[in-house]
Amino acid sequence: MRALTWHGKHDVRMDTVPDPQIVNPRDAIIKITSTAICGSDLHLYDSYIPSMHRGDILGHEFMGEVVEIGPKSTLQKGQRVVVPFVIACGQCFFCGKQQFSACDNSNPAEKADLGEVAYGYAMSGLFGYSHMTGGYAGGQAEYVRVPYSDVGPIVIPDGLEDDKVLFLSDILPTGWMAAENCDIEPGDTVAVWGCGPVGLFAIQSALLMGAHRVIAIDHYPGRLALAKSMGAEIINYHDVKVREALMEMTGGIGPDACIDAVGMESHGFTIDNVIDAVKTTTKLGTDRAHVLREVLMACRKGGRVSIPGVYGGVGDKIPIGALMQKGLQVKTGQTHVQKYLRPLLEMIGEGKIDTTFLISHRLPLEQAPEGYKMFKEQQNEVTKVVLKPDWGKEAA
Amino acid sequence: MSKDHVESARESDAPLTAAVHQRDVAKEVAEDRGWGEAALVGRTVTINRPRAHLYAFWRDFRNLAAFMENVESVTPGDGQTSHWVVKAPAGQTVEWDAVITEDVADALIAWESVDGADIKTAGRIEFRDGPPGRGTEVTATIVYDPPGGDLGKLIAKLFQKEPKIQARRELRRFKQLMETGEVSTSDAPDAAPRG
Ligand SMILES: NC(=O)c1ccc[n+]([C@@H]2O[C@H](COP(=O)([O-])OP(=O)(O)OC[C@H]3O[C@@H](n4cnc5c(N)ncnc54)[C@H](O)[C@@H]3O)[C@@H](O)[C@H]2O)c1
Ligand SMILES: [Zn+2]
Ligand SMILES: [Zn+2]
Repeated sequence: MRALTWHGKHDVRMDTVPDPQIVNPRDAIIKITSTAICGSDLHLYDSYIPSMHRGDILGHEFMGEVVEIGPKSTLQKGQRVVVPFVIACGQCFFCGKQQFSACDNSNPAEKADLGEVAYGYAMSGLFGYSHMTGGYAGGQAEYVRVPYSDVGPIVIPDGLEDDKVLFLSDILPTGWMAAENCDIEPGDTVAVWGCGPVGLFAIQSALLMGAHRVIAIDHYPGRLALAKSMGAEIINYHDVKVREALMEMTGGIGPDACIDAVGMESHGFTIDNVIDAVKTTTKLGTDRAHVLREVLMACRKGGRVSIPGVYGGVGDKIPIGALMQKGLQVKTGQTHVQKYLRPLLEMIGEGKIDTTFLISHRLPLEQAPEGYKMFKEQQNEVTKVVLKPDWGKEAA
Repeated sequence: MSKDHVESARESDAPLTAAVHQRDVAKEVAEDRGWGEAALVGRTVTINRPRAHLYAFWRDFRNLAAFMENVESVTPGDGQTSHWVVKAPAGQTVEWDAVITEDVADALIAWESVDGADIKTAGRIEFRDGPPGRGTEVTATIVYDPPGGDLGKLIAKLFQKEPKIQARRELRRFKQLMETGEVSTSDAPDAAPRG
């Protein structure tokens, strides 16, 4: 089959690779109909995530048709499913608590040691996201093997086209959990750093959860305009100082809750960011934590901090005093996607949530390398790239 | 490994597997048995299944090959004995006979290689109830005497690659199999092109 593979920094290619097979009884094979490029994929593209191997198949946001099932799968051939990017067994202590991204079993034993060294305990497997999270082949491909297919994938009713449901695989639940982690109360102002897909869905979710105001922060006018159209007030951090602006806009109190939807690759020529950039490029392994620092400083006393943005290593100069003295509460984590699939699918069906506004580009899978380049280099115009394995095939 | 050693090895409540001076404990074990030297590895894992279920699965030694990476087969003989065939580097195998030395239903099993076996090894698996609703805490402890000669080199490679890591992995696979019914893997077997 054809698949998008990783070969190094800013080097991803379309390759012909062996088709996946059923390995375990609960597996299913999915023929992919739509798959997206995520901000998290850019961390791989930019080589910020360790334990990638040449030839690894990328992609963790995908959906498609069931074409093969193992003897213990509960899916049926021909069903359309969206697959959560988090691989979870459904039977361990953590899955029982709906903390799916902490699943104790989905990361193969020989891969889990790495995570134990890095984080104390190994995290769950993820599709297409380095060997530390399992080394599973991803879904920017024609086919993918899906483990635990009896508990992960959600079956999509006919009539809901791919573009409406594809983002259930990651960014929609991620934006939702980011807002849920803010424990929003009536009258709350929620500040959201980053107006990429995750930030935009977090804005939509926070408003649905009853936030009084949402203030969105980015520097791309195109993305800020999308945030505004969803009902957020906006701050362009190129024009104003973010913390002062937030203080003024909230009558000196500060935002009640702050969401870091940027993660370890924050932009900006502030001095801390430049130092961080030098350290990461010299492989000292510190994440660029500029946004996290700003969030901790800007949040009101006793406020809530939610961090969906991905960090992988250690952070330097984190204002730990601001965190402690102000009594901030922090919630974070890779999204427990499985927990949110049903309620979110329902809201999509009822028309309460729209996801199609986000898609700026649709390309044949064969053009995935161009898709990565665009999503990386033209963030103002390119908000989300969806790849279609079937497109261009008839012609070929 | 006798109960005495397990107890004397620690002045804290952590299992023997976390003892800082594992090597010293191993030495005591070795002296006790008249072995040249001994190495000790061990690990604890929580498994979301009842104690009796886990004990029963382990007690049937034939099942061990299903999750132990290097074990090709374990065949129970009459009574308390079993025959072990283990993969060694370069496509070889090593074999030995073992005998069960302690067996407490739903709580622990200990076994040891018989006198004169090529490989001197002793293992112990303990099952304790975890906190309410959390299944069973399982501790595995293995001691072995790395033999000399060519065989010794093979065995050393086999066990000592990173023995602690190896023990951890075997327990993880045991847990996966007991909780999910399968051993998780991301290995991609070569597949024929789809028609
Ligand atoms: N927790 C999870 O499970 C999960 C899931 C998906 C994505 N993520 C992470 O969420 C983050 C965002 O994902 P995305 O797909 O929206 O990525 P993206 O790259 O499309 O968007 C990031 C946005 O942040 C903006 N930004 C950069 N520096 C900033 C700064 N200093 N202040 C304000 N905004 C700034 C950028 O301009 C960009 O618009 C990434 O770190 C991604 O890895 C996490
Ligand atoms: Zn993603
Ligand atoms: Zn699990």
